[in-house]
Amino acid sequence: MENPVANGGRRDDAEGVSLTPAESHRRHTRNVAIGVALGFLFLLFYVLTIARLGSNVLNRPL
Amino acid sequence: MTAVTEEWAERERTAQAEAPPLVSTGSVRDFISLLKPRVMSLVVFTALVGMLVAPGAINPVVGAIALLSIAVGAGASGCLNMWWDADIDKVMTRTRNRPIPGGRITGAEALTFGLTLSFWAVFVLGVATNWFAAAFLAFTIFFYVGIYSIWLKRSTPQNIVIGGAAGAFPPMVGEAAVTGSVSIDGFVLFLIIFLWTPPHFWALALVKSEDYARAGVPMMPIVAGQASTRLQILLYTLVVVPVATIPLWRDAGGPLYAFASIAGGAGMLWLAFTLWRSGGDRVALNPYGVRTAWRLFGFSIMYLFALFAALLVEHVTGLGPIGNFLPARGLW
Repeated sequence: MENPVANGGRRDDAEGVSLTPAESHRRHTRNVAIGVALGFLFLLFYVLTIARLGSNVLNRPL
Repeated sequence: MTAVTEEWAERERTAQAEAPPLVSTGSVRDFISLLKPRVMSLVVFTALVGMLVAPGAINPVVGAIALLSIAVGAGASGCLNMWWDADIDKVMTRTRNRPIPGGRITGAEALTFGLTLSFWAVFVLGVATNWFAAAFLAFTIFFYVGIYSIWLKRSTPQNIVIGGAAGAFPPMVGEAAVTGSVSIDGFVLFLIIFLWTPPHFWALALVKSEDYARAGVPMMPIVAGQASTRLQILLYTLVVVPVATIPLWRDAGGPLYAFASIAGGAGMLWLAFTLWRSGGDRVALNPYGVRTAWRLFGFSIMYLFALFAALLVEHVTGLGPIGNFLPARGLW
């Protein structure tokens, strides 16, 4: 088993991986970035739909 | 401990140090740097000009989304290029701290990231504009990664000549997003970037040839020698400078473009000529040649930027073609 101190506190063994505080922080910011990207994509498709529809959205027979 | 045991222990330590981590350790900044943001900004700029010179109009919101897709597509190509070239990047001083050779992001992560972004960039461009533009973007990504990075870069000194097409496609992709096709004006913009690429990159390769040689990349100065490269830089410059004036004859460029293409072209010719005249042995440039090569490299960036910025400003401000400013309109 590797020395956890030499590895910045991370432990990789049969029981799994425990992250160092720095790695945990980086994973958290990555998760936030993925969330923001997905939210942006959602917004992008909404705006694109509205822009593509344009004024035709009002052009419907009653 | 015997010598053999010691060697195995050393190998084990090296393998542990080089083994990819079991969990992702890259930061958001590392992933952004995989996209080569500076190259992305140049692609956005040239694609925007391609959209503006296109003979048609586009909804500004759709146009912005198209531009974003092209930017993400360019970023995805950069990411896939870094995935493939990680071994080269590791031995070159300029690139060895990139996220993959630096050990912060694994090759598999970069490959997944690049492919995912490629898919979304092409899909969004297709949905937002038209599928011809989307297919063109997909082809551009394929050309940069498959044709340039994987095939040409390591196999021929003409790598950046042919591969340069990938960097020259964005104005045509931009135009295709607006009109669904490509006009002669869009093709001329492609031609300018395509012919500009060899003098630009070979000026850099002249001063960084040791780096490229160490990485085993057959750049022109290593294969043909620096004297031949200096001559070829001059020849390409002699071609690109007149080609860059074509938008004037086609009424696509105005007075600003005339100034940028003529004054900038003169600067390019002067520097390429000076570099050609500078001495040095077969392998290395002399210090004067090194300075001139750096100046040409820097000036070529400003030259291309000035050409496209002039077109951008003229189309935004409505400054007419150069012919409108001359008395003998019939000559134009």
